[in-house]
Amino acid sequence: MAMDINDKHRLKNRLLKAGHLIALFIAMCIICVPGLWVVVNSFRPTVEIMAKPPVWIPTEFNLDHYRAMFGAVGEGGIPVVRYFTNSLIISVTSTLIALLVGMAGGYAFARYRFKGKAAIFVGMMLTRAVPGIALSLPLFIVFARVGIIDTHFGLILAYVAMNVPFTIWLIDGFFRQVPKELAEAAEIDGCTRWQAFWKVEFPVAKAGIASAGIFAFLTSWNEYALASQLTRSVNSKTMPVGLLDFTSEFTLNWGGMSALAVVMIIPALILTFIVQKHLIAGLTFGGVKG
Amino acid sequence: MANVKLKNVVKNYGSLEVVHGINLDVDHNEFVVFVGPSGCGKSTTLRMIAGLEKISGGEISIGDRVVNELPPRARNISMVFQNYALYPHMTVRENLGFTLRIAKKPQSEIDQAVAEASAILSLDPYLDRRPGELSGGQRQRVAMGRAIVRHPDIFLFDEPLSNLDAKLRAQMRVEIKKLHQKVQTTIIYVTHDQVEAMTLADRIVIMRDGYIEQQGTPLEVFEKPVNTFVATFIGSPPMNLLHGRADNSGKNITLDDGVNVAMPSRLAGKYADKDIIFGFRADNIMPVGHTLPQGDESVEIDMTVTLTEPLGAETLLFGEIGGTQVQAKMLNPRIVKPGEKLTFQIDLEKCHVFDAQSEMVLD
Ligand SMILES: Nc1ncnc2c1ncn2[C@@H]1O[C@H](COP(=O)(O)OP(=O)(O)OP(=O)(O)O)[C@@H](O)[C@H]1O
Ligand SMILES: [Mg+2]
Repeated sequence: MAMDINDKHRLKNRLLKAGHLIALFIAMCIICVPGLWVVVNSFRPTVEIMAKPPVWIPTEFNLDHYRAMFGAVGEGGIPVVRYFTNSLIISVTSTLIALLVGMAGGYAFARYRFKGKAAIFVGMMLTRAVPGIALSLPLFIVFARVGIIDTHFGLILAYVAMNVPFTIWLIDGFFRQVPKELAEAAEIDGCTRWQAFWKVEFPVAKAGIASAGIFAFLTSWNEYALASQLTRSVNSKTMPVGLLDFTSEFTLNWGGMSALAVVMIIPALILTFIVQKHLIAGLTFGGVKG
Repeated sequence: MANVKLKNVVKNYGSLEVVHGINLDVDHNEFVVFVGPSGCGKSTTLRMIAGLEKISGGEISIGDRVVNELPPRARNISMVFQNYALYPHMTVRENLGFTLRIAKKPQSEIDQAVAEASAILSLDPYLDRRPGELSGGQRQRVAMGRAIVRHPDIFLFDEPLSNLDAKLRAQMRVEIKKLHQKVQTTIIYVTHDQVEAMTLADRIVIMRDGYIEQQGTPLEVFEKPVNTFVATFIGSPPMNLLHGRADNSGKNITLDDGVNVAMPSRLAGKYADKDIIFGFRADNIMPVGHTLPQGDESVEIDMTVTLTEPLGAETLLFGEIGGTQVQAKMLNPRIVKPGEKLTFQIDLEKCHVFDAQSEMVLD
């Protein structure tokens, strides 16, 4: 009898596990298929992309779209390298600034008591409630007056403003998890306040700060609404805006768009991967008990 | 030389005063223990000495320097925190050597100091682990090691053993005492465990609500408590306290339920017609036939046993006198059933009499 019951449970567990795996597979398919479709399309001839009914299994792979994209203007080429460097400069700079401000602000919120703390915090969160696109016209007018339309500086400024409330909020949460006794122990061990921060609190919260960094970077890297208003030429156009170069009055160059999208996705993937491997993997807790 | 002097030290948080003008002298090489109930300001006082908390009034000096405004790093102290506060991103070795690295000492010196501390606390097998991979007791030892490496003038401990289980706590208590003998440094130690205080201290400082109630050697505070608070806080089980009244000759006390006992002879006639609290420890009330050799003065009193707690060599007996619970001890115990009525002897010489109003001792 006992065996029967055990067998029954074993069978039930196996079925449950299989069910989980199948559900997971379906969910992953739904999440991944659009991305995969973009990648696949970037290697397929336009005819096949446009075919009706769709060709599910690609029959021919080539690099035509990439060749064209990197090729001369007029033959379907666009200034990919310029767009890429613009994107990189703007995203990296705005991320670094947002992280620095976020660390300063997050630390202050986590560690110090000051007047109006709660109100400032709520106010900052409220700025996140305003949709970026609603700001694009006022921003455009102000930027135009000041003369920073179509500059790296303009976009960096906009992205920093966009990311800072979020980085502060995230980093505040991570510093809160670092017991304040750690910094105190460091101070007693001979550190100045400043050293205690950099040698103890920062390394312990590093993983969290890095995740805030990834988030800020991806937001800037993929942002379209503001960038499309605040940039106009190769001086400052970022890749998401560059995608529009593939639309013309009567046609959409899907293959080219996919190729550029792949060029956009790859650095983001690499970055996320590196940061995750090096920082998140080393999540460091357990220095205190109680 | 590192004595510590606190002069009228006050701490407020906003309008709330939590430490009210504390005066204390800690001698060089002395082991002082702050003890008191939760929230009485022990940690706050310790943290003010460490420089982690600004003082709102008064003066703290270490050696012959006033340190009121000095940051912690300039005070040459070490502190062991209740939650250990080990650096989680460093190995044990790096944790131990951290203070010397900050001081930019040569690597050879760091290695030697770490090896020394690790030997004292038997940490060698764990040197390359992170704190997250250690047990509570091991973390505690690392925290102590980190404090030793610094060769401080003063060690500060804030309830370092309260996260450990009873056995480990007893073991670490011995370690700490040994450590004190070995490193010969001033130690200020905070605990709310009176056993820890009694066993470790050269001098106990008993605090309540931001005031020092009494300070003295463990025996002094045990034998001569200045008020009922100290009397019940120090010693286990706590001192029995019975309300009563001294008669108009001052030679007899009538306890609340009408039982009469004599006033201890050293106090006889001094306090007539006065409401008092009569105090005696469980060690001084024992059933006839199961007592210590009695002093010259003793009284007998009948009490019904309501509960017993056998401890092996002795048994704790619970009963009531005048509606107040009383704990007594029985040596060479025999089995006692709840409900049994026994005659107890109270050793009057060891009894304490307190003023019922001020709760201060009468002598
Ligand atoms: N930052 C603060 N703001 C306001 N009051 C505080 C603050 N820190 C401590 N207190 C108060 O100061 C008093 C003393 O606190 P302290 O931490 O020194 O107690 P303690 O004796 O160490 O108690 P425990 O045994 O529980 O650790 C407490 O009543 C506490 O509420
Ligand atoms: Mg405390």
